[in-house]
Amino acid sequence: MVSIQNLHKKFNKNIVLNGVNLDINEGGIFAVLGPNGSGKTTLIKSILGMVIPNEGEINVLGENIKNNSSYRNKIDYLPQIANFPSNLKVKELIKMIKDLRTDTNADEYLIRLFKLEPFLDKKLGNLSGGTKQKVNIVLTFMFDSPLIILDEPTTGLDPISLIRLKDLIQKEKSKGKTILITSHIMSFVEEVSDEIVFLLEGEIYFKGTISELKAKTNQPDFEHAIASILTDNHA
Amino acid sequence: MLKILKYSFYDLMRSRWSYVYFAFYLLLGVVLLFLNNDLSKAVITLMNVIIVIVPLIGTIFGVMYYYNSKEFTELLLAQPLRRSSIFLGQYLGVAISLSMSLILGLGLPFIFYGLFKSSAIWDFSLLLVTGTFLTFIFTALAFNIALSNENKIKGFGYAILLWLFLAIIYDGLFLMSLILFEDYPLDKLSLFGTMLNPIDLSRTLILLKLDISALLGYTGAVFKKFFGTDFGLILSLLMLTVWVILPVLRITYKSKKKDF
Repeated sequence: MVSIQNLHKKFNKNIVLNGVNLDINEGGIFAVLGPNGSGKTTLIKSILGMVIPNEGEINVLGENIKNNSSYRNKIDYLPQIANFPSNLKVKELIKMIKDLRTDTNADEYLIRLFKLEPFLDKKLGNLSGGTKQKVNIVLTFMFDSPLIILDEPTTGLDPISLIRLKDLIQKEKSKGKTILITSHIMSFVEEVSDEIVFLLEGEIYFKGTISELKAKTNQPDFEHAIASILTDNHA
Repeated sequence: MLKILKYSFYDLMRSRWSYVYFAFYLLLGVVLLFLNNDLSKAVITLMNVIIVIVPLIGTIFGVMYYYNSKEFTELLLAQPLRRSSIFLGQYLGVAISLSMSLILGLGLPFIFYGLFKSSAIWDFSLLLVTGTFLTFIFTALAFNIALSNENKIKGFGYAILLWLFLAIIYDGLFLMSLILFEDYPLDKLSLFGTMLNPIDLSRTLILLKLDISALLGYTGAVFKKFFGTDFGLILSLLMLTVWVILPVLRITYKSKKKDF
């Protein structure tokens, strides 16, 4: 699905990714974890072609992404901070994105699911953070792409919306899609993900299932396992 | 690219600044005609204003639009769109809407004044063509500056400096060098110097057309002597086109290498 070879990226002198090799197979939910500044977002943005790597090769669904834009038709991306043009209405934004990609009817269902009907005629600049995030989720899930990338999807969501989001993720998974998630909420990661990828200082420190990680660190629960990696490496 | 252009254009058409700019030109046109009572004199006054104001508005607006639409750009970057079409679409959206404000704002009062019956119609059209060129050039330069500077304040600073340099400082330096080296033949140097500044180039272009030797100045006179009126006109229009193309090429090049 996604294969990354020897990916290097630095911003000025700050090395963010230092030779990442990663293969993500088709189907399932993969969580990309790591402390702040470990390169999670940079890795995701490299896959999306928003960050241009200094070195290395990325293939998405068998296509090399260098100087390519059509492969993004097969990716749904939920950005970390929902920053939208503030003078657009929600309705207009949804229409615009559909116009830029393909037409779909799935947005109606999603709008109902997240109870966004009262906000459709409001400008994006006047929405609260959580509502913006819901719009963000609608924009991401309304297309039926085989690869879904979610960068901190839980930010600002109330408990009910969070449950709906989890259901939505499971539903997409059952369709055989590949879903890539980053999050700092360990309970969320533990609940939804099949496999985790742990980034540390620009390299992949661990890749495997949660039970493998627990065994490796000799910790009874997931949160402590993650914490033990961090303390061992920063002590 | 056309879709991006459409959305950028709509976005700007709804922004109040386009109307402020339009109203400014409308007012300027009405006031000039009212005070001058003479179409060709109004055209000359307009030229002096256009040559300074249009680049300033183009630069400021270009930089402002780029930084303000950062979110929009990031949203677009994750879509299956080529980078060059995103940025060129936005650039054209800004440049076209600014040009429209200019052409409509100045054109309307002049049409009502009886432009079509006047002999000044060609001079006036050339003025609008030059104004449009300047808009396209300076918006492209502004996009270049904004693309190269993540920091808004720095970007604005450089943009203002660029305008100040080309609109005012350049002429001063140019004049000083002419005085300093007056013992040498400076014809070719001054020709070259004019070509390198789109504002000087536009001024020469319009004055060549208006055929006012008194205002032509040294470079204008050299220009006229060297190329004659017609060839001079064509050559300066050609140079202005080059001035549009080069920054636009750099926008495509720079946008391909940038991280977001």
